[in-house]
Amino acid sequence: MTDISERSRAEVEAVLQGRSRRTAAFSLVREASLIPVLVVLIVVGTLVNSAFLTVSNFSGIGQQVSALGVTVVGESLILLIGGMDLSLEGTYGLAPTAAAWLMVPALAFGSGAMLSPYLAIVILLAVGAAIGLVNGLLIVKGRLNGFIVTLGMTIVLAGLQQGIVKGNTLFNLPAAFNYLGAKEYGQVPVSLIVTAVIFLAAGLFLRYHRVGRAIYAVGGNSEAARAAGIKVDRIRIGVYVVGSVLAALGGLMEAGRVSAVTGTQGYQEGIIFAVFAAAVIGGVSLRGGRGNMVGAASGVVLLGLVQNILDLSQVSNYWIEAVDGAVILFALLLARIIGGEAAAE
Amino acid sequence: MTDSALSAASPAPAVEAAGIHKHFGSTQALRGVDLSLQPGRCLGLVGRNGAGKSTLVSILSGIYAADAGQVRFDGSPAPPLGAPGEWRRRIATVFQHSMVVPGLTVAENVFLGHHPGRGGLVDWRRMREQARQIMADWGFHLDVSQPCASLSVEQRQIVEIARALAAGTRCLLLDEPTAALERAAVQRLFARVRQLVSSGVAVLYISHHLEEVFEICQDAAVIRDGQLVLTAPITELSTERMVAAMVGASPRGPVVTGPAAKPEPVSQGGLVVDHVSVRAPRGSLRHVSLEVRPGERVGVTGLLSAGVSTLARVVAGTEPYESGEVRLDGRRLAPGRRDLALRAGVGYIPEDRQAEGFVSLLGVAENGTMSIVDWLARRLGWLRPRARAAAMAPLARTLSIVSSGLGQPVGELSGGNQQKVTVARAIARRPRLIVAIAPTRGVDVASKSLLLAELAAVTAESGAGLLLATDELSDLDICDRVVVLVRGEIFTEFRAPPFGREALIAATEGLARGDSARPDSDSNGSGQSGPADSDGQGPA
Repeated sequence: MTDISERSRAEVEAVLQGRSRRTAAFSLVREASLIPVLVVLIVVGTLVNSAFLTVSNFSGIGQQVSALGVTVVGESLILLIGGMDLSLEGTYGLAPTAAAWLMVPALAFGSGAMLSPYLAIVILLAVGAAIGLVNGLLIVKGRLNGFIVTLGMTIVLAGLQQGIVKGNTLFNLPAAFNYLGAKEYGQVPVSLIVTAVIFLAAGLFLRYHRVGRAIYAVGGNSEAARAAGIKVDRIRIGVYVVGSVLAALGGLMEAGRVSAVTGTQGYQEGIIFAVFAAAVIGGVSLRGGRGNMVGAASGVVLLGLVQNILDLSQVSNYWIEAVDGAVILFALLLARIIGGEAAAE
Repeated sequence: MTDSALSAASPAPAVEAAGIHKHFGSTQALRGVDLSLQPGRCLGLVGRNGAGKSTLVSILSGIYAADAGQVRFDGSPAPPLGAPGEWRRRIATVFQHSMVVPGLTVAENVFLGHHPGRGGLVDWRRMREQARQIMADWGFHLDVSQPCASLSVEQRQIVEIARALAAGTRCLLLDEPTAALERAAVQRLFARVRQLVSSGVAVLYISHHLEEVFEICQDAAVIRDGQLVLTAPITELSTERMVAAMVGASPRGPVVTGPAAKPEPVSQGGLVVDHVSVRAPRGSLRHVSLEVRPGERVGVTGLLSAGVSTLARVVAGTEPYESGEVRLDGRRLAPGRRDLALRAGVGYIPEDRQAEGFVSLLGVAENGTMSIVDWLARRLGWLRPRARAAAMAPLARTLSIVSSGLGQPVGELSGGNQQKVTVARAIARRPRLIVAIAPTRGVDVASKSLLLAELAAVTAESGAGLLLATDELSDLDICDRVVVLVRGEIFTEFRAPPFGREALIAATEGLARGDSARPDSDSNGSGQSGPADSDGQGPA
């Protein structure tokens, strides 16, 4: 058009070439920024206990972190749209409780309805979806604050769970219900495979699917996303639903792993701290729009290793929670130093 | 670049920057800037987006440290970066974006950070008295006990200036202070600046508007590619010379793209706004009727609260309407449904690009193609980043978007380039109608003409209509006709370009009506409250 734009055009052409490779390499380094920390942890674990660096121990770690990992995927999605969901721990407890109650005989403190385990799993996922839908509608359509809505929801769900189990433990779960949490092929737990697949699928979805990209747009700037024609409300509600379904699935894995459902699963264990910590350590921003599944997965692995090393190092049971919390706080600081200003906010 | 004659004129400049260098990553933002501000003078600093203005302001206000060079106040070196209180006593900056705390009162904001009182206790009465005194001394009319949330943009600016004066600052940086002000408020601001300058305050005035610089500055400096390329008393300068210095090549007049060939009254179709009414915070609308035929470029202007941006937002679908109807090519657009309006063919360039224009963490290509993901997506909604880049590359070329690559986050770009990305998003879908609100606000002179020329070209080539809502009168040069809103109603219309500046201003104030060149079937003239121009040609 003019000499000015001619010049800028040349500039554009110049920078278009060969630049994307550099940014791609850079982002990969950032995404994998926790790997050195994981290596250090593995070295520490090896020094602490000779049983650490064994296939069976790692298989155990895999099984332990799977339930947490699936829930972290759910929370990360919700964080990415700029929301937050404290009630995932309630869903993590209530969904398997409700399903098991409908499934096991009255002798094992069930309802006596004796539902088939397959139907029970469907119900478990439906319970998750329903909780997510209620949260989503209250927050998005009702314009309520996500923190207080999901905090209230946590209390409701934990109360329902208590009401159902009445201080007992639901046991005698059928094999099909335990399959996901307990089954192993060779030394590889099914739950680990499923969790890895979910992480991979979520990562690819976020990167290469239009809805995944819309999640980043909504979390980064919802008004701009709306102006670009994205159905912001629908995406946000949908993500709350998916997040809760994943938490219910995590609860199913945990129930299968211990082959029982107790009143303490979820809320009373306080797993939501670990869920948030894993996501944030992995670089998922609490402000929305920033983060990815590679980071979230490494956050989960990091927490799993820390927990395992503490178990193996024979820290007294009375002190283990204090040490665990302190290590997580330290990991948050470390993630911020490694990830720069953007991380851990 | 070199020491100007100015710094030699007076022995102790209020602020002096010498040999300032600053880089961000591989970008050299400033390369050896020498600048001095004299007490009792106003220096206008102009330059294109990305020339280094904001960086220089940040260094002069103690936000960034310079890589090399020195800042001196009244001849003595600047305080260390870690002492913001020390900086504030020497220099105060009124930023583009308001820095007042909305929940606090005017008085608290004026004394923010150092409330009068003893031992950590706030002496409220003294604070209010002192704030009132400052307001009275400088002739600002503002109740100091009201919360800042209820203030207008202009009033918040007064609070910020008062804060500077309360800290005893004799040196003021104004960073595009008129960007969000109405014309009358701009005049009042100028009067205040003149008053400050005449009482011996040194002012650095940063603006995109050369005419403002000519109006209130004694000196002007032009920054380009991180260097001061021109510094001189305003009396020795001309607009052409300054534009030439900004662009760095032979000057080119502002927008030469006159109105294109008269759009033939093409069949039926285009945009029909039919008796639309809505109450809205940005200005309500009352029975507004308007048409934009395919290929036609219609400007809408008026005062800030006249409903200009509301009308545009209603058409774009980002604001609902209460009664009436909006149709595009005969199809009704559902109120407040931006997603449906987009699919119906309405491209949208929002007023506040920070808020609605782009997602700052996402890349150029992703932002620019956000409106066409459904076109780019393959089966089941999967999307290849390469497809986005391929779709964006030609747009980036036509709009001359300068970035380090199409993946660079838009938040890192300069204001003008951010706006171009927003424009790309609007035109990527080959819309039937482009709704643009103040598209050149905060954009430098050269990018401004490029943007307007591109909008004109797109509409001319594609036969899309353009609804251009703006208070920037020079933007209207590309329009075929201009509708003026007063208090939410169509007041009058100008049908024969070129549109006289004075006539337009008079019309926006509700003083004089538009040109009489009014063909065809205007039943009720330029109507008081009725529909001014509904030709009654409904959709087929």
